[in-house]
Amino acid sequence: MSTAAERLEPFDLRSQKRRADRFGMFVFLASEIMLFGPLFVAMAVYRVLHPQAAAETARHLNLWLGAANTALLLTSSLLVALAVLAGQNGRRRGVAACLLTAALLGVAFLVVKGVEYQAEYVEGLMPKIGPPSPIAGRAPTLFMSLYFVSTALHAVHVTVGALLLAGTGVGAWSRRLPLPKRAMTVEVVGLYWHLVDVIWVFLFPLLYLAR
Amino acid sequence: MTMGAQVRNRLIVWVALMALLALTVALTFAPLGGFRLAASLAIATAKAALIYWVFMDLRTADGLTRIAALCALALLAILVLLAVIDAAVRVSGG
Repeated sequence: MSTAAERLEPFDLRSQKRRADRFGMFVFLASEIMLFGPLFVAMAVYRVLHPQAAAETARHLNLWLGAANTALLLTSSLLVALAVLAGQNGRRRGVAACLLTAALLGVAFLVVKGVEYQAEYVEGLMPKIGPPSPIAGRAPTLFMSLYFVSTALHAVHVTVGALLLAGTGVGAWSRRLPLPKRAMTVEVVGLYWHLVDVIWVFLFPLLYLAR
Repeated sequence: MTMGAQVRNRLIVWVALMALLALTVALTFAPLGGFRLAASLAIATAKAALIYWVFMDLRTADGLTRIAALCALALLAILVLLAVIDAAVRVSGG
């Protein structure tokens, strides 16, 4: 195992290493934004081409469950932001409590999303599968396709994020993640979770509030 | 800044985020017509700005990190803008 001094290489100062770690993470997050980018472009162009179909199809989505899920993610982001502070101050119990609760809120988000998918399946809103559809035509079907692809891709990110939060939380609790020395790990995982939150912050109005 | 002040800042931002969420849901029922989309996107941008600035600590980040954080968003905004203009011109038969 390497010593702490070696691990700082190639940096002279801890602050330089922290800056480089954060910079690298933001570059990675930029690639995530570009992964979701084409879906946002498609939604924008769709709104120009089919404003009527967007408004009518969006009414089939459950506004209240969507809003509840937004509240869950915003609250989990607060907990993650508090965990980062606790990590920098070496409070491992605080880190563990915040991260594990945030991970649970992420799981709650996925459960709500599952309930929504189930209701949409029963209503026949899934393109090509399930009971006969109340929505007809190519434009409404395209809206639902955009909805399912973008929310499913987002749900994959929530799943990965919740696992990362839980793993980091357990690490802090069991002292396998020494704090505040490894506070950067909490910070990097936190940045990922905040981006997942920000993506949902834009998906929510574009899909649920399009009515 | 002390830890207590930082915790308070984050709590205030969370309250603001929840208020913005309530506002954007309430606006769904307001007769705003075409402005509703603009209003909901403006609120989403405000929420994202709060998360980036305070939760993601861009407030205390150096210039290079801020550029890395915002450049993808800026480029995506340009892409969306150009795509929308293209589609709108085609729809209007220009």
